[in-house]
Amino acid sequence: MISANALPRLLHHASGRPLSLDEHDHEFGPINPKADLLTELRDSGLTGRGGAGFPTSKKVELLGEQRGHGKFVVVNAMEGEPSSHKDLALLNANPHLVIDGAEMLAHMIGAKRIAICVSRDNPIVINHVKRALHERTRRSLRGPEIELHTPPWRYVAGEESALVHWLDDNESLPQYRPHRPTILRIGRSAVLVDNAETCANVGLIGRYGAQWYRQLGTASSPGSTLVSVTGAVDRPHVIEVALGTPVKAILEVAGADTDPLAILLGGYGGTWFSGENIRLPFATEFLAEVGASVGAGVIMVLPKQACGLMETYRITKWMANESARQCGPCAFGLPALADDLHQLVQGGKDRKQSLDRLVQRAAEIDGRGACKHPDGVVRMVRTALQVFSKDLQNHINGSPCVGSRGTKFYATVPKFEREEDLVWE
Amino acid sequence: MGVIRRGGSFVLKVNPILCDGFGHCHELAPDLVDIDEWGYPIIKKEPTPTGNVQALQSARYAVRGCPRQALRIERIADQP
Ligand code: SF4
Ligand code: SF4
Repeated sequence: MISANALPRLLHHASGRPLSLDEHDHEFGPINPKADLLTELRDSGLTGRGGAGFPTSKKVELLGEQRGHGKFVVVNAMEGEPSSHKDLALLNANPHLVIDGAEMLAHMIGAKRIAICVSRDNPIVINHVKRALHERTRRSLRGPEIELHTPPWRYVAGEESALVHWLDDNESLPQYRPHRPTILRIGRSAVLVDNAETCANVGLIGRYGAQWYRQLGTASSPGSTLVSVTGAVDRPHVIEVALGTPVKAILEVAGADTDPLAILLGGYGGTWFSGENIRLPFATEFLAEVGASVGAGVIMVLPKQACGLMETYRITKWMANESARQCGPCAFGLPALADDLHQLVQGGKDRKQSLDRLVQRAAEIDGRGACKHPDGVVRMVRTALQVFSKDLQNHINGSPCVGSRGTKFYATVPKFEREEDLVWE
Repeated sequence: MGVIRRGGSFVLKVNPILCDGFGHCHELAPDLVDIDEWGYPIIKKEPTPTGNVQALQSARYAVRGCPRQALRIERIADQP
């Protein structure tokens, strides 16, 4: 058993190699067979760690009500965000904890099959998961059938409906869901999609109970979470923090710039967050005051010498290229946003009009895609215009900051692929 | 044409994956559907009362006229 108010929990015993099944049993102890899992899960107040922050117990109840025997649990470790590394770090440390959680979820909804999804660009993690699964079959634990799936890596491939679409039909394209919450299906079987970190948390709650779980974190955001810190850091870090830890403290622990210009919270579809606010606790109820949320636990730190608009442009351009190009407003709108931003940053002749156009186009695109991909970009762009309003004025007045002419950038943007090279299956 | 029910309201919903931006819907129901610079429909979000027969009729034309069958009328019951 690991102690309740000590960190790390999820990354317990992370030593650069994954715990074997025996070590895992020894470190974490047995699963409580008598526990009423659903009640514990509800009392624990666990919310999904994939970005949306939906209460996990609600999702489980929704799926539990569905009929049929062929239900699926899908563990999402796709890590679509280029600046997020948490699911991989977790599978590198405690793959069995994730699998335990998935098995508990399967038990709760009555699912017979589990699919673990890791994108195929991560051969090392895939090997770790394969070995973990092998160890389990050798022990012939009776339980749901577990498969490992390796979809291609795309930003939207980790979106839950795209992931289910891939499992169903080998295409990583999001599906249209007019009503939410929706029950996603593979064939006719209902599917529960949960982030790998969420599953690991379930693995802890199923062992030690809700009360134990709540000893860290705040009343409305209990527990701990994994945070990927990138940008102005010595090296990118994944650290585990209790929810409610001030953002500044997280930056200190991660060895990042503690007096940043701004922070991009929640990933490339997240919100820019002014460096003045870093005293706020890292929990959704506090961050909501400034319009941000914990999201998938990504913190991208931008130092004072960088140009926020330039970074926003680079991210937008890449995100536009990652659109699945199924919906017009996303396929045409996002590149248009990127163009407007480019005009602004470069101080083109019609930069004043570009700003108006940008604002208007952002309003037009918002909410019109089948998935939330364009909405996220719009949110990121809008908050950039607020947080970097001073720089924006300078750019418009024709005296852009030094950072925009520099060659050092902070947001990791993967290699820009041509449209015909994007792999969706 | 079906029976026009009294009471309640409706909104048009477009499936953006199916829609190919032919813009027929805008021509058939200009009050309900605006069009963006790339030719894709911007649908009015506020519900229209079903009692507005003309609007409902035009929405039905738009649904039938959409070459990709991407539009649907969604009814919203009155709050009791
Ligand atoms: S909104 Fe964009 S990313 Fe999402 S399904 Fe439509 S085209 Fe694809
Ligand atoms: S008529 Fe149909 S395909 Fe054409 S723009 Fe309207 S919704 Fe899209």
